[in-house]
Amino acid sequence: MIDTFYEIMRRQGVSRRSFMKFCSLTASSLGLAPAFVPRIAHAMETKPRTPIVWLEGLECTCCSESFIRSAHPLAKDVVLSMLSLDYHHTLMAAAGHQAEAALDDVLKKYKGNYILAVEGNPPLNNDGMFCISAGKPFVDTLQRVAADAKAVIAWGSCASWGCVQAARPNPTRATPIDKVIHGKPIIKVPGCPPIPEVMTAVVTYMLTFDRIPDLDRQGRPKMFYGQRIHDKCYRRPHFDAGQFAEAWDDDASRRGYCLYKMGCKGPTTYNACSTVRWNEGVSFPIQSGHGCIGCSEEGFWDKGSFYDRVTDLKQFGIEANADQVGIAATTVVGGAVAAHAALTAIKRARAEARNSEIAEARNNESGG
Amino acid sequence: MTMYVEREFKGPKIADGKTVISYYIYEAPLRLWHWLNALFIVVLGVTGYLIANPMPSVPGEASDSFWMGYIRFAHFAAAYCFAIALLGRVYWAFVGNQYSKQLFLFPFWDLQWWKEVMFELRWYLFLEPDPKKYLGHNPMAQFSMFFAFTLGAPYMIITGFALYSEGAGVGSWQDKLFGWVIPLLGGSQNLHTWHHIGLWAFVIFVILHIYAAVREDIMSRQTLISTIISGYRMFKD
Ligand code: HEM
Ligand code: HEM
Ligand code: SF4
Ligand code: SF4
Repeated sequence: MIDTFYEIMRRQGVSRRSFMKFCSLTASSLGLAPAFVPRIAHAMETKPRTPIVWLEGLECTCCSESFIRSAHPLAKDVVLSMLSLDYHHTLMAAAGHQAEAALDDVLKKYKGNYILAVEGNPPLNNDGMFCISAGKPFVDTLQRVAADAKAVIAWGSCASWGCVQAARPNPTRATPIDKVIHGKPIIKVPGCPPIPEVMTAVVTYMLTFDRIPDLDRQGRPKMFYGQRIHDKCYRRPHFDAGQFAEAWDDDASRRGYCLYKMGCKGPTTYNACSTVRWNEGVSFPIQSGHGCIGCSEEGFWDKGSFYDRVTDLKQFGIEANADQVGIAATTVVGGAVAAHAALTAIKRARAEARNSEIAEARNNESGG
Repeated sequence: MTMYVEREFKGPKIADGKTVISYYIYEAPLRLWHWLNALFIVVLGVTGYLIANPMPSVPGEASDSFWMGYIRFAHFAAAYCFAIALLGRVYWAFVGNQYSKQLFLFPFWDLQWWKEVMFELRWYLFLEPDPKKYLGHNPMAQFSMFFAFTLGAPYMIITGFALYSEGAGVGSWQDKLFGWVIPLLGGSQNLHTWHHIGLWAFVIFVILHIYAAVREDIMSRQTLISTIISGYRMFKD
């Protein structure tokens, strides 16, 4: 007999009252009308629990660390109780063969019905030998578990884009999971780490509605990745006014001016930090005085300095940004044009001199 | 096409024995477009540069100033004008005279045309003593305009509207039409860089274009600058 979510939550000590609170919280964090609260509750009470298998590859565990710090302890407890904690490297009680047996158990019992959540990514070089757990390359485990999963969640920038372990020249060939898992819906929840409330909301949405959230072109849930940090940043009025910090310790910086000139990547980063914020909504990087580094964007680790507004181009041998390259090219072309003009003038003067000589000679002939 | 082939012109003689003859080449809508387009590009280039490298901060309350807002507004307003004017120019290529089509043509298979391009190249390298005369654009001009402008303008419009879609938001028409460019270029920051490189491509084109226009106006046997103002091409010998 497979339990419903509600039964499991009650068994974990969640009261009916807390359960209802959780349902309204979920509805509001997903941007749903209050009318959805009873629907969420009903789904939770009647639906059999969908286990989540959580795999960890090449990663730093910041996603797990973030997840268990979800701001509302309530949401965290509830969501944790939904997870199949039988297999989660950081959180499971079992170890060794016991743990692997537990995983096999889940795969068999819930075949085609569990959700696979992946933290980190598989390195593919040297037959995947750079990341081994239980004696097998991670890529093999990943593909085996993904084969019978209902859907796959890519936690964080590692699973979604590769992240720092994929930084040039990427010696282990760390590869985002959508390159090795095919034919399954993959939900990317990028960030380094992703915001805990975003993680729990995504999980809750999938479990209660039994479908994946609306995704954008890059496979991210639209509800949390539909806008840039810059679109909702509280320093935006300073940006629009044209008030920028130019050094970390200047007066403008103390006044809380916009960090654009300090290389803030808020204008190019899709994430919910400026609305949901971090640590129970206490703050987020920009509020603490540092620009966004774009940690949820593809390739953020390879896009030059976090402190440059205009990215350096490495294609030109030396590091220079588009303006420096452009000014250099313009100077060369401008110089060439000036030289060409000078040469043209000389040629023309000579030609004219010759012409007048000829004319003079003619005149002399006819005159003489 | 015959427009680049030099022909003998029989026209009225003037005092020193040279012939002056004029042909109506650039019709009014094309000339109007040329100068408006030049204006839009100057506005786009200056404001675009200032978007990436904003001016020094203004003092006072944030609510008292809107510098960055106005600069971006000017960029976007000029961008819309630039894009719509280009659509108008494409329309004119269909209904205008044969010279109005040249901007959009790249006669790749026309051997004669390539020969003329080479001739022009030699002329610019001081290897030909005398320039040729052309009714429309000279082949070298057509060549550079095609690459720098006919391909460059849509490039700036596509990358520009993709950037614009980020502010307009998911589901906006800019997003539906141009949003796909963002993942194609590897994300928003790369898109900014690619759009930014376009600025310098345009700066270089404009320098060469204006230099060539002024130089040929003086050196070659025909008018250029007055042609793009009045529409008439005069051959001076
Ligand atoms: C941002 C600045 C400018 C841009 C982007 C630009 C672009 C163009 C383009 C695309 C054409 C082709 C017209 C067509 O076939 O429809 C053209 C023609 C022309 N432009 Fe410009 N232009 C600029 C500024 C100028 C200026 C300042 C001058 C004068 C010094 C000038 C002189 C000419 C001339 C003489 C032609 C005709 C060339 C010929 O007869 O072959 N342009 N320009
Ligand atoms: C000749 C044409 C154009 C030039 C030279 C130009 C130049 C620039 C430059 C240099 C930037 C700064 C890039 C950076 O962030 O590093 C920029 C930004 C931008 N441009 Fe253009 N642009 C042109 C056409 C357009 C068009 C047609 C659009 C269409 C709407 C457009 C929309 C934008 C947008 C939305 C931004 C970003 C503004 C922001 O980040 O606040 N541009 N442009
Ligand atoms: S601090 Fe960053 S995100 Fe905030 S307004 Fe300035 S550039 Fe945008
Ligand atoms: S503000 Fe930017 S860098 Fe910081 S966590 Fe959010 S997306 Fe990542």
